[in-house]
Amino acid sequence: MQKVYTKIESIVGNVITLHATGVRNNDLAIVKTKMGNSYANVIKLDHDLVSLQVFAGAQGVSTGDEVRFLGHAMEVSYSDALLGRVFDGAGEPRDKGPALTDNMITIGGPSVNPAKRITPKTMIRTGIPMIDVFNTLVESQKLPIFSVSGEPYNQLLARIAMQAEVDLIVLGGMGLKYDDYLYFRDTLEKSGAMSRTIMFIHTASDPTVECMMIPDMALAVAERFALDGKKVLVLLTDMTNYCDAMKEIAITMDQVPSNRGYPGDLYSSLASRYEKAVEFEGAGSVTILGVTTMPGDDVTHPVPDNTGYITEGQYYLKNGHIEPFGSLSRLKQNVNKDTRDDHRSLMDAMIKLYAQYKDTVEKKSMGFMMSDWDEKLLKYGALFESKLMDLSVNIPLEQALDLGWEILAECFEPNETGLKSDLINERWPKKLA
Amino acid sequence: MAHTNGRVVAVNGNMVAVAFDDAISMNEVGYIHSGDTRLKGEVIRINGKTASMQVFESTNGVAVGDAVEFTGEMLSVELGPGLLTQIYDGLQNPLPEMAQQCGFFLQRGVYLNPIPDKDWEFTPLAKVGDKLHPADSIGWVPEGIFQHQIMVPFSFPEGEYTVKSIKAKGTYNVRDVVAVVTDAKGEEHELSMVFSWPVKRAITNYEERLRPDEPMVMKIRPIDTFLPVAKGGTFCVPGPFGAGKTVLQHMESRNADADIVIIAACGERAGEVVEILKEFPELNDPKTGRSLMERTIIICNTSSMPVAAREASVYTAVTMAEYYREMGLNVLMLADSTSRWAQAMREMSGRLEEIPGEEAFPAYLESRISSFYERAGKVKLRNGKIGSVTIGGTVSPAGGNFEEPVTQATLKVVGAFHGLSRERSDARKYPAIDPLTSWSKYVGIIPAPKVEYARSILFKGNEVNQMMKVVGEEGTSVDDYVTYQKEEFLDAVYLQQNSFDPVDSSVEVDRQRYTFDLLFHILAANFHFEDKSEVRSFFNQLRQMFLDWNGMAWQSGDFKSQEEKMRKLVETKFASYDKEAEKLF
Repeated sequence: MQKVYTKIESIVGNVITLHATGVRNNDLAIVKTKMGNSYANVIKLDHDLVSLQVFAGAQGVSTGDEVRFLGHAMEVSYSDALLGRVFDGAGEPRDKGPALTDNMITIGGPSVNPAKRITPKTMIRTGIPMIDVFNTLVESQKLPIFSVSGEPYNQLLARIAMQAEVDLIVLGGMGLKYDDYLYFRDTLEKSGAMSRTIMFIHTASDPTVECMMIPDMALAVAERFALDGKKVLVLLTDMTNYCDAMKEIAITMDQVPSNRGYPGDLYSSLASRYEKAVEFEGAGSVTILGVTTMPGDDVTHPVPDNTGYITEGQYYLKNGHIEPFGSLSRLKQNVNKDTRDDHRSLMDAMIKLYAQYKDTVEKKSMGFMMSDWDEKLLKYGALFESKLMDLSVNIPLEQALDLGWEILAECFEPNETGLKSDLINERWPKKLA
Repeated sequence: MAHTNGRVVAVNGNMVAVAFDDAISMNEVGYIHSGDTRLKGEVIRINGKTASMQVFESTNGVAVGDAVEFTGEMLSVELGPGLLTQIYDGLQNPLPEMAQQCGFFLQRGVYLNPIPDKDWEFTPLAKVGDKLHPADSIGWVPEGIFQHQIMVPFSFPEGEYTVKSIKAKGTYNVRDVVAVVTDAKGEEHELSMVFSWPVKRAITNYEERLRPDEPMVMKIRPIDTFLPVAKGGTFCVPGPFGAGKTVLQHMESRNADADIVIIAACGERAGEVVEILKEFPELNDPKTGRSLMERTIIICNTSSMPVAAREASVYTAVTMAEYYREMGLNVLMLADSTSRWAQAMREMSGRLEEIPGEEAFPAYLESRISSFYERAGKVKLRNGKIGSVTIGGTVSPAGGNFEEPVTQATLKVVGAFHGLSRERSDARKYPAIDPLTSWSKYVGIIPAPKVEYARSILFKGNEVNQMMKVVGEEGTSVDDYVTYQKEEFLDAVYLQQNSFDPVDSSVEVDRQRYTFDLLFHILAANFHFEDKSEVRSFFNQLRQMFLDWNGMAWQSGDFKSQEEKMRKLVETKFASYDKEAEKLF
């Protein structure tokens, strides 16, 4: 029997309190207001005083509104019917499709036993040379894209969603601009990738509490598909908005802030989401690629800082491309030895030369004389940036490696590259006579 | 003893308030019955008839009115043979067994026997009528390469216990009674091979505590030579993310000259633990030739596992370390990372609505950190044997800034500081220990004055380097330039170590002494140089030779001829020894 309560004691921020009995921590309730129904979940119990955060926000909630407890925690439907659909932060359809209510699963489930984890060993191909060649994405990896606002990170995510060799994409959008949401939807529909995509979208104008549900719903669904043998890629944008939502709720709840207003459990909250990335032995996997915008390009800001301690590397998006320096995939060593025998050496050599090119550019800007070697580096740097670093380049790894050799051959003599002689004999493009 | 019962009256995150009617004690363990699951928690505050418990699991689904059963015991670990090779969570649940029972996920409310139910070959040492004290051996069982002592439980009140009966040599289950002792009042106590001990109390059943004066060799040059760690000492490794804290700790756990290594993976990535889990069984301990896993215990409470258990995990680990110390063994305990442990304290403190200190850490942060590190130490046992616990903790300072409370509180109590710098790791200089800011108060393997001299070159060379950035190479004198090159040379060939090279990844003490000798010879020398380009090419050549030398097998033919070549090269330019250095030979 579901009991209905009609006397709300207090309303502070998005949190309402009322006297109720038999309520369990984290249970879901429905608040019936003049504006419509909203979900709310229990966040605190004190004797018979129950605090709930209202998903749609407490605006317009009256002290006489009806609150009905559902007797279970927040759930999301799981079936193949999810494919191609778009939902909001309360799990309601955002597209014109029907609401899904069968086979409900609880969100925010327990973490994977570390003893059951296995060493990641499969590469995920994205067709983007800066990822495939230089910082390979690995199945079950968790990687953020550190970016300044204004960079094309959502375009990058959309491209990865279209091109990545995975079975399923789950896109979690938090605080997305409405235009960005439309961009994702239209791009994926046009490319035909929508049929293997599930979207959970919270836009900037939606209530804050719903923002906090997005990663949990996206990851709960992803985890189920992975257990059923699917290779799932979860894209989360933008995790900084998620953290800001957490900050907002924590402060309305009178929690003592720890660093720049963020709650003390920021690290744990982020970790329990990112650690959902896993490969199940004998089944599928969850790989997480998130976007973390860095306020003021400051990597020591609490959000990127805590993220960096959790994730397995990061991609730096700067000036419209993935920076080769600072970007790091900690797991790339696990896979780039088995791709092609020249992968590692070529990657190292090209990066070293690119670093020298950067020095030369600095020298040039200070007005120093350019030597022959400097000229070669300048030519190399320009080719590298236009042919490999540009985000619109879409070629498979092997082709990108061949292209790398061509660029080297166009700019340097073999012995200037620092590559081993046997590799050069095998791979150096023959000059056209 | 009748156990107290209570009822849940409030839930706030993982803090649960419980109303109780009888007596309960601080830090007592209780179980909340929520539906079919039992959730473990610890009493951390008592006020009138309400106790605040921190629950070690997610409190989702807990309701006001749920029954709580108090155990009368403080949070404890089980101690006994079978701990080695185990992988536990922060509350000493064996994770592989948990996986067998529950599958991929950590199911909450499942608590398994920490010590495997196994038979051991017991050899008695005590005889009927012997008078024993707590921590005295009654016998031993072979655990791996060790004689695991079966001791009178530490939890027995201090006093004399007379052996009434003891089993003959033979095979017994770990929980079988192997001896019966009577206390001063004539009361009988049955002893098995297992007993428990509260994790937050230090084990102090030893004669006296000694000064840590013997180096704990890590086979890592910058540590053993420049920043030594002592057996029974403490050290910390702060560094920003990506600076290589965990890689360095893995190197230490593989190479350290300890009998037993206990790794507490506390609030860090699960993937890193997996690396150890997959790697260690494959690697051999050079000292014993057996698998490294046989001397290792892993306590693993990674970042996504419950926060309160994270706080317990470092105590669980150090208690096991102290237990093995009571057998006269040298134990190294590594905690990665103590910042996550401090954050767990901060979360609980916030829920208790305590007045926050700096960066919202609780006011007792410093005292908790000190009392944790103080559990390290070298001790003389009552039977004359010497044992030690060495503690090394990584610190993950927010934004890589060492001026934060956890780093500062840690620096106050440790004996060595190995600070990692982003600059060095960006320049791929590994291990990225900053030689200028790091320090150690322990005695190393090389006479201190010589090390000091080498350090002074680092400082001087660094000054020259700073100056050169302003005045350019042209404005620098040849002498200064030589100092700068010496510093770069020392950094490249000695402070950096290639952890992927089979030879260079672990350097024995003899080899360190030997190579340091040649290095010192070079650092202490004055050379004849015409100009700076000659200096540069001399040191470039020497550096390449020395680096190759580092990769050659110790005392092999190549090793000796390479040394000969280097000595000859140095001879060609050698003028005299520096006055200050001459005294040190």
